[in-house]
Amino acid sequence: MTANRFVNRSELIGILVLAAFLVVILPLCLDVFRLNLVAKYLTYAFVALGLVICWGYGGILSLGQGVFFGLGGYCMAMFLKLEASSVENTKIQSTPGIPDFMDWNQITSLPYFWRPFHSLTFTIAAIILVPGIFALIIGAAMFKRRVGGTYFAIITQAVAAILTILIVGQQGYTGGINGMTDLRTLKGWDIRPDHAKIVLYFFEVGCLFACIFIAQFIRHSKLGRILIAMRDKEDRVRFSGYSVANFKIFAFTVAAVFSAIGGAMFALNVGFMSPSFVGIVPSIEMVIYTAVGGRLSILGAVYGTLLVNFAKTSLSESFPELWLFGLGGLFIAVVLAFPDGIAGIWADYVQPRIDRLVGSRKPGWVASIDSSVADGAPAE
Amino acid sequence: MSDENKQGLQSAFRRKLLMGMAAIPALTMLPRPSFADTPATSAINTTGLAVTDTEVTVGILHSATGTMAISETGSIESEKLAIAQINEAGGILGRKIKIIQEDGASDWPTFAEKAKKLLVNDKVAAIMGCWTSASRKAVLPVLEQYNGMLYYPTFYEGLEQSKNVIYTGQEATQQILAGLNWINKEHGAKTFFFVGSDYIWPRTSNKIARKHVEQHLTGCKVVGEEYYPLGNTQFNSVINKIKLTKPDVIFTDVVGGSNVAFYKQLKAAGIDLSKQLLLTISVTEDEIDGIGGENIAGAYACMKYFQSLDNPNNKLFVPAFKKMWGEKTVIGDVTQAAYLGPWLWKLTAEKAGSFDVDKIAAASPGIEFKGAPEGYVRIHENHHLWSKTRVGRAKLDGQFELVFETKDLVEPDPFPKGYQ
Repeated sequence: MTANRFVNRSELIGILVLAAFLVVILPLCLDVFRLNLVAKYLTYAFVALGLVICWGYGGILSLGQGVFFGLGGYCMAMFLKLEASSVENTKIQSTPGIPDFMDWNQITSLPYFWRPFHSLTFTIAAIILVPGIFALIIGAAMFKRRVGGTYFAIITQAVAAILTILIVGQQGYTGGINGMTDLRTLKGWDIRPDHAKIVLYFFEVGCLFACIFIAQFIRHSKLGRILIAMRDKEDRVRFSGYSVANFKIFAFTVAAVFSAIGGAMFALNVGFMSPSFVGIVPSIEMVIYTAVGGRLSILGAVYGTLLVNFAKTSLSESFPELWLFGLGGLFIAVVLAFPDGIAGIWADYVQPRIDRLVGSRKPGWVASIDSSVADGAPAE
Repeated sequence: MSDENKQGLQSAFRRKLLMGMAAIPALTMLPRPSFADTPATSAINTTGLAVTDTEVTVGILHSATGTMAISETGSIESEKLAIAQINEAGGILGRKIKIIQEDGASDWPTFAEKAKKLLVNDKVAAIMGCWTSASRKAVLPVLEQYNGMLYYPTFYEGLEQSKNVIYTGQEATQQILAGLNWINKEHGAKTFFFVGSDYIWPRTSNKIARKHVEQHLTGCKVVGEEYYPLGNTQFNSVINKIKLTKPDVIFTDVVGGSNVAFYKQLKAAGIDLSKQLLLTISVTEDEIDGIGGENIAGAYACMKYFQSLDNPNNKLFVPAFKKMWGEKTVIGDVTQAAYLGPWLWKLTAEKAGSFDVDKIAAASPGIEFKGAPEGYVRIHENHHLWSKTRVGRAKLDGQFELVFETKDLVEPDPFPKGYQ
């Protein structure tokens, strides 16, 4: 298969269905408040998408994607916070012109590493590069030494814990546990009113599809097949002369950059960034979205994220005191009954019927990308 | 008031309680609204809030799940109690209060999301809610954007004042200064060691305490200041430092579950709180439930309310609370402050003759609530409450014994000059 044929027919149909769902159906059916919630959910879909590449294809389970989500989000939030902290907005402070939390912590001038974030160009570059380089360093340090599997998962957790403690501890520079709140404008354009929320939503959906296409491309390229081969029999790939570590570093870095884009979108859409998206618990939640969607399915990850978050919101609205149990039950049920998630359900039950009805060829838009998956090959 | 009189009053009230439980603070405090002339909905609600001819909707937004649930449950309970009592007494402007409860799940963005849902979707007339500073900071932009009204119950760091918030807890200077003066004068304390959790409230409180100790108390100094992350359970190193520096007073604002470890380790290290002075601004009856009375007995806490307060309002409030939520429940400072929210809102709406948020915000300054369990309170122009500072000493049974209270109400000063 050549690189330019990175979607087959049924995949294309799947993508079009998702596009119709996100671009046409949801905006028509939902009011702005709910649409903004969907925008918030979709920021996690970027992370889930990264995890499909890194975990589903590459077999690298990272329990620290919140780190990259957070780095991307904080880069964006720093830019927005600086813009919201203009001298006239902050004249009641003892030092006007710096973010409010710095003033509360007796910091009297803008720290040097904050200054470049006055520039939007720098910020956009930082959103991609800071997490990307960070992932590259972690990846190189780990995979070159052949640390993998469970050990890698534990180390990513440790990184998540460390970054949380760092952010919380350096509250004069980061806003601490409160995070960065009250983000208002992007280059003078107010991001809070309803029409801005709609624009941001469509912008985000556009970015999401760009990431989906990149993921599709990786999956169908030779690179993607090496990743899968590596996941299933690492030693064989290594003996065939490939540098396993480099491929792993690549997959991990791509996942990190996707997460960071999600984080930046989060800061834009929600107007908020806090360490509660960086730590261990949110990182594990992000893995759950992917697991529910099906860790081998690019589009499944999006649906999984939407489903879990939608369940979270509606359960917590209806049963404020019991909803966590319901959500926990949902996860256990999905993992026990449908280990390949929504995508697995689709591939096993829905797709065959459609195929029979249409009488077309077999491959679905979903998971069944190679037989080893169906065999239940371990991800590690 | 003589003792017999008090007794008489009490039993009369008790009878009332048995009959109709709740509505009593209303009797003690205000001109009842006349039900005959219920104002038209269009007159009292010009901004499209969820007010009908018979009902007005408020939101309750606290963490019912997650790490903060243990602290916030008391607030939910007392807000529901206050609302039940108000409804029993005829509601507000002839309308019964309907509650929509949302769970902030101890997660700040969730608070923001739910606040937005309450304001945009449910159009609630007011929100009773938030607990931690972080959740308030997350909700504040939403309130200001959609013009909502929040009644916020927790004692907090100050440095904030919003048209859209009524702060029913104390800001830092109200909570701390009188307590420090008292311990300096009464016990001759000269040296202080600060221990706190690492976030904005303890840091700001300690900053204010340090300035006060160094500049306003003669010959006093701070001999140590240490912070630990939220949820920390290892305090051995700071306890060693305390033993080395031998401060007259250990001044703590460690929050949440960390308290349990802190006091147990203090005790295990042989620091006897009946001899060593310890002044905390973060332990209420709720926390002692977890810490255990035997581990903290003897410590002093600086609050505005203790469950054991001896006044007629509190003698009604405590049994009513226990009747609704169980004999075993305890009532801490914040739980009491949360109880004030619905009542203050009712009084304000009746003074303004409207549920409109702008009118409520404008009418709030000067509102007096005589039925508060802590005693008389009044809303200041800066939307905080005038209230007393009290010091209590923890007893073995987990209650506090009142040892000091300021003579007058202390003025709230969220932006204290000279303490920044």
